[in-house]
Amino acid sequence: MSALTSAPRRAGSPSAGIRRGEAAAGWLFTAPVLIILGIFLLVPVLMALWVSFSDWTGRGSPFSSNVNFVGLDNYAAVTTGGGLAERDFGTALRNNAWYVLLVVPLQTALSLFLAVLVNRAVLRGRGFFRTAFYFPSVTSSVAITVLWLFLFSTSGAVNEVLSWLGVNGPNWFNDPSGVVHNLLGTVGVTTGPAALTGNTFLGVSWWDWLAGPSVAMSAFVLMAVFTTSGTFMLLFIAGLQNIGGDVMEAAMMDGANGWQRFWRVTLPQLKPVLFTVLTLGLIGTWQVFDQIYTGTQGGPGKTTLTPAYLSYSSAFLSQQWGQGAAIAFVLFVIIVALTILQRWVLRDRPVSRRRARQYEVRGTNGGAR
Amino acid sequence: MTRHIARTWLGAGALLATGALTLTACGSGFDDSGSGEASGSGSLSVLIGSSGDAETQAVEEAVAAWSEESGVDAQVQVANDLPQQLSQGFAAGSPPDLFYLAPEALAGYAENGFIAPYGDDLANKDDFYPSLVENFTVDGSFFCAPKDFSTLALIINSDLWAAAGLTDADIPTTWDELASVAQRLTTDGQVGLAFGAEYQRLGVFMAQAGGGLLTDGAATADSAENVEALQYVKTNLENGSFAFAADIGAGWGGEAFGTQAAAMTIEGNWITGALTADYPDVNYVVAELPEGPGGKGTLQFTNCWGLAADSANQEDARALVEYLTGTDQQLAFSEAFGPMPSIQSAADAWTEANPDLSAFLAGADYAQFPPNLAGAADVITDFNAQIESLRSGDPQSILTGVQSNLEAIVP
Repeated sequence: MSALTSAPRRAGSPSAGIRRGEAAAGWLFTAPVLIILGIFLLVPVLMALWVSFSDWTGRGSPFSSNVNFVGLDNYAAVTTGGGLAERDFGTALRNNAWYVLLVVPLQTALSLFLAVLVNRAVLRGRGFFRTAFYFPSVTSSVAITVLWLFLFSTSGAVNEVLSWLGVNGPNWFNDPSGVVHNLLGTVGVTTGPAALTGNTFLGVSWWDWLAGPSVAMSAFVLMAVFTTSGTFMLLFIAGLQNIGGDVMEAAMMDGANGWQRFWRVTLPQLKPVLFTVLTLGLIGTWQVFDQIYTGTQGGPGKTTLTPAYLSYSSAFLSQQWGQGAAIAFVLFVIIVALTILQRWVLRDRPVSRRRARQYEVRGTNGGAR
Repeated sequence: MTRHIARTWLGAGALLATGALTLTACGSGFDDSGSGEASGSGSLSVLIGSSGDAETQAVEEAVAAWSEESGVDAQVQVANDLPQQLSQGFAAGSPPDLFYLAPEALAGYAENGFIAPYGDDLANKDDFYPSLVENFTVDGSFFCAPKDFSTLALIINSDLWAAAGLTDADIPTTWDELASVAQRLTTDGQVGLAFGAEYQRLGVFMAQAGGGLLTDGAATADSAENVEALQYVKTNLENGSFAFAADIGAGWGGEAFGTQAAAMTIEGNWITGALTADYPDVNYVVAELPEGPGGKGTLQFTNCWGLAADSANQEDARALVEYLTGTDQQLAFSEAFGPMPSIQSAADAWTEANPDLSAFLAGADYAQFPPNLAGAADVITDFNAQIESLRSGDPQSILTGVQSNLEAIVP
């Protein structure tokens, strides 16, 4: 969390006069946390990093003399091995990528929508709605998963409701078919072009990469949106309350209607919050594990397998400790890369020439600066 | 400004030093020789993955009785997540001395040096069923003693059977008969035969066709027999007389059978306990699975008593295993929580006590078992993922995929 908020700028020189010695005190006060984080976070991470480059078998210490450095072998096995390990990793990435692609925008949009709703001063029973929307977030994900398994069972409540609408609901958690493939199937496309089916990436054909989330995974997507929107709604509310009323008033005086005020005034000012929400969303969705562990264990048809669960199962169940650690670090790299990308997309841009021109007094010569 | 930078570097240096100290401190803690001297206190720890209170109690009583007899202290612990807790023990160098070990984990554990082979040293090693001994043999060493076992049989709902006008003489003995009775038992809202969508059930048809995933140590997943078996299942799934449990809203075959969504199922000994507990009103008979083109066939499931290589009390642990796999104990376990004795000397007494379940024990003579090679569990998981879509899939291409996965792990 601390890494996500940008570090405050240092004010002046700390070595001057009355502020002397503050640094030592600072280190002293932060030492307990640093030590605890070091022992329980940094050291295990470094150990796992070593395991991902070693042939440790899970017996005794990873630092004992009979554990050897094997270079990138473990990484190669899951990315270029050509075997089951590679295909499983490709499948897991495919599943999780679709999950992220759906969950992050949906939960961000929904939480922003809810935040705007409950932030309105005129709303009666605001406290009630805030609590109600936030409630799924404080419930344990295991409990929610079990609830979801019941709701989305073949003869469950969701299918019952769908049947009132004349829809024959799918066999949610047992349906491995991809949603995109199913949609294409309704227009008669059941097999992909040879260019897609014949070529593979990470052992999974491009056609299968494009399969979309399976019906089972879609149920998890709905669950993630349901459970996390409340948390992010809270962040957005905090952001909304930081927006001064005077800015809104000025916008109103300029004749902006509600829709314009939201897009032109509110949303740009929410950008820091939006960045936090998107980053937390990205990290959380790429690490999805407990729902899979308690719910489906990767089934049906491996379509809810995720890298985090695959990492666990290759280490603890298949005794491939190096590969499990390697998967975890590939996942880490993916998350970091996507966060950097997103930071770049949401960076503060200088005002574009086109827009700047609108504010220029006619007659001065062309350049924007 | 320069002073400020110097101080920052000083701070960073201090942090690094602390980190390095922490690391080395940890390093010395991990510096064990792997001999497990720590657990050499003369007591045994036993870790089990229990199916419920009945099993826990039975094992605890048996171990306590042995402790009293031998004078060696022994503690039974029940694991919430057996593979994970075992992994922690192995990594820390202090695993439990004895533990339940599944055959799919056997080869991986043996390869990593977690477990000590002790089967050949047992006094009663010739008493175990040969197929079970084979199940726990890796590279020619009989690693661990099978603690009990189960086989799959055909479970028939006798009320639905009679309602469809069928008699005992109609109990299917061939694939054709099975298909035709399943057809007769299929009505609106009820299928003839339901089972889980996994190799652990469909494998019986592969065995009956004369196939199997491994033959004499070679991968034979894509043999014509196996294709025929999957084709038989696919055909009957398509005409609606067979169904996968999940497709009719049940978690497993036993649930589909108990709720009478299916008139027959293929399950093992454990179903008797589940039916008694959850569906006491369902009357059923247990029959041997029908013969296929290759004769009789079923699958067996078993666990063994794994002995940690790091255990300091291997002698005592072996003595405890001999006690737990003795005739009397095996019969007591069977009575307490259902599985069949893994030793032949208890067969007669067991059949006498469970005349209705003799079809399960009959299966021991011709049962196959899932491959126990290292990595086989992943291959089977992948196979199962494709079996789920067998209805729309092509048996030949599914099995070709399994074959290539299997060839990759066959030594």
